[in-house]
Amino acid sequence: MHWTSLDTSIVIVAALGAMACALLGSFLLLRRMSMMGDAISHAVLPGLVAAFLISGSRSAMAMLIGAAVVGILTAAFTQWVHQLGKVEESASMGVVFTALFAVGLVMIVRFADSVDLDPECVLYGAIELTPLDTVTLLGKPVARSAVVLAAVLLLDVAFVLAFYKELRISSFDPALATTLGIHARLMHYVLMTLVAMTTVACFESIGSILVIAMLIVPPAAAHLLTDRYGVLLLLSTLLGAASAGLGHLGAIWAPTWWGFEDTNTAGMMAVAAGLLFAAAVLFSPRHGIISRALQRLRLTLRITIEDVLGLLYRVEEQGLIIRPGAAIELLRRTTGSGWLGRLAMAELRRRRCIATMADGLRLTGAGRRAAASLIRSHRLWEAYTARHVALPTDHLHHSAERAEHFISRPMREALAGDLDGVRTDPQGRTIPNGGTALDPTKAGA
Amino acid sequence: MISAGEASSLRRRFRVRRVLGALLAAGVMLLLAHSAAMAGDAPSTPSASFDGAIEVSDHDLVRILTLRDYNTRVVVLGTALLGLAAGTVGVFMLLRKRALLGDALSHATLPGIGIAFIVMARSGGNGKWLPGLLLGAAISGAIGVAGVLLIRRWTRLKEDAALGVVLSVFFGLGVAILGVIQKMDTGNAAGLSSFIYGKTASMLAADTWLIAGAAGVVAVGCLLLFKEFGLLCFDLEFAGAQGWPTLLLDTLMLTLVILVTVIGLQAVGLILMIALLVIPPAAARFWTQRLSQMVLISAGIGAASGFVGSVVSATQPNLPAGAIIVLAASACFLISLTFGRARGVVFQFIERVRLERKTRCQHLLRAVFEWVEEGRGNGGVGATESKIPFSGLVRQRSWSRHRLDRIIVRAERDGLIERVGDTHVRLTSAGWDEARRVVRNHRLWELYLITHADIAPSHVDRDADELEHVLGQTMVRKLEGLLAEQAAATVPPSPHALA
Amino acid sequence: MNSEPQTDEAAFREGSGAAAVADAGPSAAPATFRPPTPATGEEHPADAPLSIHDMTVAYHRTPVLWDVDFDAPEGRLIGIVGPNGAGKSTLLKAVLDLIPIVSGRVTVYGQPYRKQRHLVGYVPQRESVDWDFPVSAVDVVCMGRYARIGWCRPVTRRHKAAAMECLDRVGMADYARRQISQLSGGQQQRVFLARALAQQAKLYLMDEPLSGVDAATEQAIIAILHELRAGGKTVLVVHHDLQTVPQYFDYVLLLNMRIVAHGPTADVFTKENLRKTYGGRLTLLDQAAHAMARRGRE
Repeated sequence: MHWTSLDTSIVIVAALGAMACALLGSFLLLRRMSMMGDAISHAVLPGLVAAFLISGSRSAMAMLIGAAVVGILTAAFTQWVHQLGKVEESASMGVVFTALFAVGLVMIVRFADSVDLDPECVLYGAIELTPLDTVTLLGKPVARSAVVLAAVLLLDVAFVLAFYKELRISSFDPALATTLGIHARLMHYVLMTLVAMTTVACFESIGSILVIAMLIVPPAAAHLLTDRYGVLLLLSTLLGAASAGLGHLGAIWAPTWWGFEDTNTAGMMAVAAGLLFAAAVLFSPRHGIISRALQRLRLTLRITIEDVLGLLYRVEEQGLIIRPGAAIELLRRTTGSGWLGRLAMAELRRRRCIATMADGLRLTGAGRRAAASLIRSHRLWEAYTARHVALPTDHLHHSAERAEHFISRPMREALAGDLDGVRTDPQGRTIPNGGTALDPTKAGA
Repeated sequence: MISAGEASSLRRRFRVRRVLGALLAAGVMLLLAHSAAMAGDAPSTPSASFDGAIEVSDHDLVRILTLRDYNTRVVVLGTALLGLAAGTVGVFMLLRKRALLGDALSHATLPGIGIAFIVMARSGGNGKWLPGLLLGAAISGAIGVAGVLLIRRWTRLKEDAALGVVLSVFFGLGVAILGVIQKMDTGNAAGLSSFIYGKTASMLAADTWLIAGAAGVVAVGCLLLFKEFGLLCFDLEFAGAQGWPTLLLDTLMLTLVILVTVIGLQAVGLILMIALLVIPPAAARFWTQRLSQMVLISAGIGAASGFVGSVVSATQPNLPAGAIIVLAASACFLISLTFGRARGVVFQFIERVRLERKTRCQHLLRAVFEWVEEGRGNGGVGATESKIPFSGLVRQRSWSRHRLDRIIVRAERDGLIERVGDTHVRLTSAGWDEARRVVRNHRLWELYLITHADIAPSHVDRDADELEHVLGQTMVRKLEGLLAEQAAATVPPSPHALA
Repeated sequence: MNSEPQTDEAAFREGSGAAAVADAGPSAAPATFRPPTPATGEEHPADAPLSIHDMTVAYHRTPVLWDVDFDAPEGRLIGIVGPNGAGKSTLLKAVLDLIPIVSGRVTVYGQPYRKQRHLVGYVPQRESVDWDFPVSAVDVVCMGRYARIGWCRPVTRRHKAAAMECLDRVGMADYARRQISQLSGGQQQRVFLARALAQQAKLYLMDEPLSGVDAATEQAIIAILHELRAGGKTVLVVHHDLQTVPQYFDYVLLLNMRIVAHGPTADVFTKENLRKTYGGRLTLLDQAAHAMARRGRE
């Protein structure tokens, strides 16, 4: 495998197209219309053929106009079928775009003599050939599609920047947008027109598969990574460009692992976007599956640690002492696994919160302070629920056992304030004072 | 009452009959396919153009239309059965609000086809062995569907994004794999891409058998699980509360869809396969309000589209069959959307106009009746003799003069009213009967609302206005029962001051 | 779902800890603490129509119901009342096994719901289904009998007749053939009620059957609920209109993420309890719930 300037050129063209698509795709995603991208990019086919037949050439302008017209028609037909026929919106989309695509296919085949369009070419694009078709710009040969796509990207970016706020409002809340004097429906159709035009501009060079993939996948991945509108747009654009680069690399590299030659670049770019998406699904810091599993594990460990502290506090409060084996056995019974308890105890030892003496486990000074605030939360919660909620007294503990781990210091004081001066829990046990180490056994400090 | 024993034997008999019916249907389908494949002329090799249509000269038209040609018969029956199966199972997908899941599914089959080809070609077999390819397609299609459902469950993405991601990534992967295959030295890959656009004309008798078998399985499955699928689509929660295994039912339904999709790839291609799953059910919905009828009509539309599409593409050169089938289905959809008996656009429009006319006419009659009742007519003259000036009516109902004219013209045509000079109208005797009935209904309803619905008398008139026009005979009788004492008079007095 | 350890009540219960200590002897300090054996006692009446024991339910780790503990008395018409988001519907769905419960136990006539489904009738919220669905009113009512009909068997004339009877009971026999979207909101609600009647249950759970219906339908539905009670059935109704509670229900359950109070309407439906249910005094509960949700996510 070796990288040439040809490859660089291919990646640049693909990245420009991918960025344009991903930018607009973000709005489709926010409006829950991602499938509209798929529908429009299928449905523009008859528009392309018609434009070809009328203009008699494959001029970019005619194609763009044809696509824009059919793109608007697709959006409008979908709306009509949805409203007139009370057909569910996604189904009406399915009806409209397949019918239009079928019309396009028939037209291509019927006018095969006069139309130099190949459905396969529309599908796959001819991205590998784009660097060969050059125009001279500033005295240098530049790939023609790079110029076209850069122009489209600029147009899209200009549109988004110009209507940044309006797009945001009409994407999140069309009704509100209308009351604010923003024509939400107009925005919708302008957006659809742009999608259709961008789609067509990209067809020739990068193919419809890649267009659909870039309209949908990078925005979806970005949506998993961020909650902010501006960041979403930026991230989605960047992910689009990244998939273009990685995809081309994959196309000339990955097949060689299995002893094959290189493969279709557009397809691999879609796959690359899919892999980035999968990575986002798994590792997104807030919403990723793995990150969430790790968080859960951390939380479980913290709760077990606090359970150990609470257990030791109560044992000491009774003037007793517990052996490590018995404590672990108890934890195993409550959490269902022994290793969590062991891990918790090891962590507590590391933090110097507990110490193993000859006769058993004991809390250190720091450990007792931590345990006291936990027990304080627990007993305050019991007293609070006993006062306000109809729950039998023997059920209070269960509730407090869950709540104690989540009660912050301000909440604890709010609870104490609500109880104004109550010093014992419903079972009559002392509620430890906040911060001061209660030392029932006067030992170990 | 019948005894428990009798009941259970009855039940058993019904079940047996149902299963027999299903088997019979499947049998008929297989027979059709069989006759297509086996009987008749010896297999001839048609000359297929690149786009998949069979080239025929004009005098072959009769042969095609009468299905005398072996190959045409295979293709036509195959596509018709496919349409039937897709139309049947598509209804449940539409009602389950998963219409576009089929789109993601059919696109997701492509990598499976490619991988199956590579595996078969590498292991020295025939890379284009159809059952192998279809098995690959089914597996990767199932993975795609599972992907959509899992993305929806595990991430915060919505349905549309989940569908789009799976659709485009799987399709991209498929194209990449096809790209690899094209450069393989082993095996001839040409024809694999026919799965994308479909290549009906290349269907063989064996394929028709396959389609017939799948259609049979789908038909039997939908027939046996008709009630369960219906419940699942209508009220998932209730189904779960009743103890139906909703996940299993969902999986069964999706399995049938995967089966149909995979079988249909060859005929219409994976891009247009979704059309056969969505268009016939959506069209059928315009004709009926019953689920069972909807399934039958949808299956019929699917079969008819398959039939018409393949026949048309066979008679004309340069017509890709898959696209023509979809266009035939789209034509059915347009016709249904316009003229559908249950909720087509024209039907809805006519209904609305008819109701509006009826309402206006009744308003007119009531206005006249109330005018006479108030004694504003010609003093003590008999009721039928009363002449009512236009101006009074205009005032009473706040109609424009123009509109009043039109209403009167129509009422005149129905023989309810007649003009007296240019400025007055008079009710005919038929008109009086009708007016009495209308006013009576109106006031019964008003009374009912007041006594049973705690609505202030001053608000009653408007509510009654809207509802009285749709009161049926049974409802009127019920109201009479509820308001026995008021109904003693033929026309109860108005409960509120007349305007 | 929620994998945080639920500390075994018996093991850590401060009371039982004390009991264990008492066994160890009064002054032998420091004695060794021995884990108490898990408790097996069950104080809940085994035959209550519905018995909920310490149930906690969470949506995506946000607790929506905490420590609900409730035994439904037999043969009562029970109103479940609480503000929006109090978890009223969630309570019914958790009982019906439609959403998983984090902890606790639910029994119906002494057995898990799974085994007692045939004894329970359910009326979901009217908004929960698509009323544009191509079925007639009588078809919907027949669905109440599907569990009895069983797998793959068709709906026979006998079942249709039974469904018609139920429609007649709710005064909808005239509309049996109508497609359900052509019915008014009140009529749709009656169809749902008829479907539950077709289930021939002993315990009925109804989610807002009186919301969005006209006054006449409300009266009709209440009449049927009273009829059910007279027949010895137990009916739990999620209700939103506080004014009509004392008039309709003889037993109420005040709910706001927890059970605030439950008992005969005359005793429990008091200003003080309503203030607790709807007022701001329990904001700390909300805070704790949100803290749990937030910490769970971080």
